[in-house]
Amino acid sequence: MSQIKHFTKGFFKENPILVLILGTCPTLATTSSAINGIGMGLATTFVLIGSNVVISLIAKLIPDKVRIPAYVVVIATFVTIVDLLMQAYVPSLYKQLGIFIPLIVVNCIVLGRAEAFANKNKVLPSFFDGLGMGLGFAMALGILGSIRELLGAGSIMSIKLIEGDGMLVFILAPGAFIALGYLIAIINRLRKA
Amino acid sequence: MEYILLIISAIFVNNIVLSQFLGICPFLGVSNKVSTAMGMSAAVLFVIVLATIVTYLIHVYVLMALHIEYMQTITFILVIAALVQMVEIILKKVSPSLYQALGIFLPLITTNCAVLGVAILVFKKNYMLFEGVIFAGATAIGFGLALVIFAGIREHLDMMAIPKGMKGIPISLITAGILAMAFMGFSGLV
Repeated sequence: MSQIKHFTKGFFKENPILVLILGTCPTLATTSSAINGIGMGLATTFVLIGSNVVISLIAKLIPDKVRIPAYVVVIATFVTIVDLLMQAYVPSLYKQLGIFIPLIVVNCIVLGRAEAFANKNKVLPSFFDGLGMGLGFAMALGILGSIRELLGAGSIMSIKLIEGDGMLVFILAPGAFIALGYLIAIINRLRKA
Repeated sequence: MEYILLIISAIFVNNIVLSQFLGICPFLGVSNKVSTAMGMSAAVLFVIVLATIVTYLIHVYVLMALHIEYMQTITFILVIAALVQMVEIILKKVSPSLYQALGIFLPLITTNCAVLGVAILVFKKNYMLFEGVIFAGATAIGFGLALVIFAGIREHLDMMAIPKGMKGIPISLITAGILAMAFMGFSGLV
């Protein structure tokens, strides 16, 4: 029962992007279309699950003083795995996401979960925490990507919904900031109501 | 001439924060006051240039020599973390006044994705060491420029009446969006 709670908190109550405002860089950079956003979200989910599980297993073995570098090494290992896997199997998406795949290693969500959850919990809760947080992250990226793609190109997941060209600015950099700003404002309003 | 283009492109056209989306966390986090923004920018400039030189040398003389380029991510992040720590210790001993000015920003820089981002970008763009250093310095100046302008805007923003839900992060993001739009005006330049 409690596993479900660890799993679902990542979607709304503690959504890493919309509520905790962590990991803003990949959020803004990779959501120029829905599919890119979801791809980035899933890559991060994989790293989160892997690092959460491994760190929960080895947390007791690591001296407290060197725990952060040790966590970073674990995270970087999984990032390298994702990097190589994506390069091999989804080269077009890999090319689109570019530098932001290796940069998952400095995504504060991953280190944040290791420090705040995985090092004091058992393997199974850590797994579900990573899965929930990762999918919550992917969901938020998917939503933001869909909004930007719809406004910018009139389509979602490359399916044309609105005729015409759309507002290009939402695909470009300024649109990312503005769309995320309004999205968080709406979530703030809903949470207080 | 080539270098001037490189510098203009890194500062204005491909501004690291407003068009590359790197280093957003410090951009939103320490941009409340112009003076803190200046301190952060100086610390970032120092670390980015140093980190680029060190990671470049390590990549060429260790990773490429041993044919283990896939270790790039792990090596770079550890090198940067160690470097930041070392800079902090050295500054504390050598120049306490500089340490006072930059000290609190240094630990934050380890998790600044701009540092790792620039180190990786230097290889993605196939720069040589000298070009890489110029690119890194110009990028850091671009970061500082965006940060200081943004801090100036936010100082004024504090005095405005803003709807409740928009306060804090949302209005900052929208302001950043408008600033990014202004920087898009440079896009035809290079």
